[in-house]
Amino acid sequence: MLVIATATVDEIVAHARRDHPDEACGVVAGPAGSDRPERFVPMVNSARSPTFYEFDSLDLLKLYREMDERDEEPVVVYHSHTATQAYPSRTDIAYASEPGAHYVLVSTREPDTVEFRSYRIVDGIVTEEDVRVVPALEPV
Amino acid sequence: MPIEVRIPTILRTYTGGEKAVAGEGGTLADVLVDLDGRHPGLRERIVDEKGLRRFVNVYVNDEDVRFMGGLATVLKDGDTVTVLPAVAGG
Repeated sequence: MLVIATATVDEIVAHARRDHPDEACGVVAGPAGSDRPERFVPMVNSARSPTFYEFDSLDLLKLYREMDERDEEPVVVYHSHTATQAYPSRTDIAYASEPGAHYVLVSTREPDTVEFRSYRIVDGIVTEEDVRVVPALEPV
Repeated sequence: MPIEVRIPTILRTYTGGEKAVAGEGGTLADVLVDLDGRHPGLRERIVDEKGLRRFVNVYVNDEDVRFMGGLATVLKDGDTVTVLPAVAGG
């Protein structure tokens, strides 16, 4: 199950809407081992494509160094689908390389509604999980 | 002084859980071959028959080796090589 604050969901959805029709992408970092998505980090989609996303390689290095310094990990890795459902594609599954992360998919295919779903992707297997949206994460 | 090679979570199964290992070699290609001796299978996750895998990023210090010499990038003592799988999808 993914437990995530309303404000963070809103930030992810706003990012997806802003970048539509290109796919939006980013992470929500949190303290290593905590499973707390605390720190929203939108990333640039260097592919700038409606059907593909990729973090710019130097942005990626900077992000991982920063998380390392802060003893964080990517708790959520999110991206949007702009014309299809919020379900991981074959490409999403093939490139998922953070076995501990919640892979959040947002679909902006409808203008008036948004789909927000979360999955585990481990060794090529996709498992959907519940999303529990809370007003704020419990204090530590 | 050896080269420090920083290993991403998903490849730590090859290094007994270590997030950094030491390697020796004058070029990136040499270091990867050297590492593979002690950590069999690791190199194949980074390199395929065409060269560096497209969705695996390799950096020397602060630069992406794609903009340097790729596998032929020359290394010097004290350099840090970092491997990070691309974060990508469709």
